[in-house]
Amino acid sequence: MGKQPAAVVGVGQTHHRAKREDVSMAGLCREAIDRALEDAQLTLDDIDAIVVGKAPDLFEGVMMPELFLAESLGAAGKPLLRVHTAGSVGGSTAIVAASLVQAGVHERVLTIAYEKQSESNAMWALSVPVPFSMPVHAGAGGYFAPHVRSYIRRSGAPTHIGAIVAAKDRNNALRNPYAHLRNPDTTVESVLASQMLWDPIRYDETCPSSDGACALVIVSEDVAASSPNPAWIHGTVMRSEATTAAERDQVNPQASRDAAAALWKQAGITNPIEEIDAAEIYVPFSWFEPMWLESLGFAEEGAGWQLTESGATAMDGKIPVNCSGGVLSSNPIGASGMLRFAEAALQVRGAAGEHQVDGARKALGHAYGGGSQFFAMWVVGADKPA
Amino acid sequence: MRDVAVVGFAQRQMLEFDGSPTCVELLVPLFEECYAQTGWTRRDVGFWCSGSSDYLAGRSFSFVQAVDAIGVIPPVNESHVEMDLAWAMYEAWLKIQTGEVDTALVYAFGKSSAGTLRRTLSMQLEPYTMTPLWPDTVSLAGLQARAGIDAGLWDEAAMAQVVQRSLTDAEGNDHAVRSGGSSVEALLAKPMYADPLRKHDCAPVTDGAAAIVLAAGDRARGVRDRPAWISGLSHFIDPMSMGTRDLTRSASAARAAAGVDLTGVEVAELHAPFSHQELVLRRELGLGGDVRVNPSGGALAGNPMFSAGGIRIGEAATRIWSGEVDKALGHATSGPALQQNLLCVLDADAFGKVA
Repeated sequence: MGKQPAAVVGVGQTHHRAKREDVSMAGLCREAIDRALEDAQLTLDDIDAIVVGKAPDLFEGVMMPELFLAESLGAAGKPLLRVHTAGSVGGSTAIVAASLVQAGVHERVLTIAYEKQSESNAMWALSVPVPFSMPVHAGAGGYFAPHVRSYIRRSGAPTHIGAIVAAKDRNNALRNPYAHLRNPDTTVESVLASQMLWDPIRYDETCPSSDGACALVIVSEDVAASSPNPAWIHGTVMRSEATTAAERDQVNPQASRDAAAALWKQAGITNPIEEIDAAEIYVPFSWFEPMWLESLGFAEEGAGWQLTESGATAMDGKIPVNCSGGVLSSNPIGASGMLRFAEAALQVRGAAGEHQVDGARKALGHAYGGGSQFFAMWVVGADKPA
Repeated sequence: MRDVAVVGFAQRQMLEFDGSPTCVELLVPLFEECYAQTGWTRRDVGFWCSGSSDYLAGRSFSFVQAVDAIGVIPPVNESHVEMDLAWAMYEAWLKIQTGEVDTALVYAFGKSSAGTLRRTLSMQLEPYTMTPLWPDTVSLAGLQARAGIDAGLWDEAAMAQVVQRSLTDAEGNDHAVRSGGSSVEALLAKPMYADPLRKHDCAPVTDGAAAIVLAAGDRARGVRDRPAWISGLSHFIDPMSMGTRDLTRSASAARAAAGVDLTGVEVAELHAPFSHQELVLRRELGLGGDVRVNPSGGALAGNPMFSAGGIRIGEAATRIWSGEVDKALGHATSGPALQQNLLCVLDADAFGKVA
């Protein structure tokens, strides 16, 4: 039978905040689900299966919370899957949901990814001492800072590049009513004046800790026919590499390069920077924009920072990156990857509101996780794949 | 649908695994066994998917280091579910159905002995009103068993018969961590543990891991003379709330059964961690008296968390491979009191009719 066409016809997300004390976990998820279903002009009764994604259960203190949430998510009496692939999980979850349609098993699949980080302490949850392995006690910033330093050394990038990314994404977030951080006066200078946290990463170059959720409705070709603006899935990819290996390049991991190569091939893209109109790339610390631009093939190795510096990644640039404000402006970890995938879909559906890139026809959604070792990506397009 | 078969299976079940909660040390030899069975190397595996639980390991991202067991270069096409091996297999089956890959190796692991399992599983409950009361798994299963007895659906002797048969059959299973039949009378003479459950009515706390290999069409035929073709695969979930569902029934199991063809099933490996749950499942699946249930001894002989459901599918597959039966059923459950259920029907003949 082969792979069946699949499209995103509904996108929903919550307002992201440090603490959503007004809703429970179920309420948070339903806020995103209800918006996605309304967008898709469907109800829960129409949904065949539900795929839930989130990062570690220790973030909320509930083991496999999808079990207690099953009824409130509308999954009772339906098949339910729960994906967890670290920070890339939002992307992986959307890919698993897509595969249910692409495999020809279901016609209408709802997928939801969330994190309610205020239910516990994410830094603590990441730092539980584990028998037989040395605790890092660094949090994500401390873990990634050496990778950033290594990138700067290898590429010879000027040290203000990260601040350019942070100022751009924080200003993009002002156009996104759902974004968590709304810092209207952010400039390169103000970012550079902020506190140094993990040299060379400054406070304003880091993502917030957010409560939030994102939901997508992914449907078959027949169902998509009644949607005014489906986002067709042109390619999906997941790649992983091991944690512990001397031969790993954590600045430009092979799993990332392999994933990008497989993705572009699947989507029939030979020149990403010319063919992709908008990219939502997982950038939790500002410097990851130039790093991933290279790894994804938008720039030659060592030249990603020049693309950022030239303004090419701004809303009106050649390759707009993170028009939504990105992870730097909202980071409910389990949902962050799906938010990237969702924004890519919104762009090609012409539904991104004030952060819409004019005439976007093909967009990239990207997520990564673990120690830069898990990658999930998709390309969506306004046109049905050839 | 593409014809996809179970062509490899390896397992370890043990009372206590003296090693890291990531079980990397357990997984490496399991993968070696899968390679030996298939004649493949890791580069022949198109997709990897694992199942595990962070809460069992007592840490975040417990599956991350398990990926190290696969090897390093090149990176792999890989995913993970916070679920039992059976659902990891489902995701891999989907991936093969999309046509992106032809082969998959799925694995799962869990070190139940690292904490007090029955208490750890209380963390699965509704966090606002249930978990604070710390009702543990065994007590909840006890309530379920009592509900069935009060309804006249089974009695303690029927439960003891399940145990007697399981532990007798487990004598032939090298992987069993509990085995040895006695008699229904002797079992009923044992003390209560969580009334009406006696210790033998409850699966033993078990550490372990397992791996299953899937292959499509000719890739499967290249591995085995009699691949165990997946002719039906179906899973559903019920609401968790103990107060609103009939604990003597399992609606999701019945729904899954309606989604597959169980006619002619000769052997059923049912994932029933408590003796009375086998009775619930037999009823919901409509299994006749001629269906042989749990010839491996089932979960009462060993229940490594997060792989025990998949092990049922692996055990069912081995009976197709050997020629012992032509049609077999593997079942997996998750959540308290049979909340979520998956059925995998395996057939000696491929016919591409999976719906």
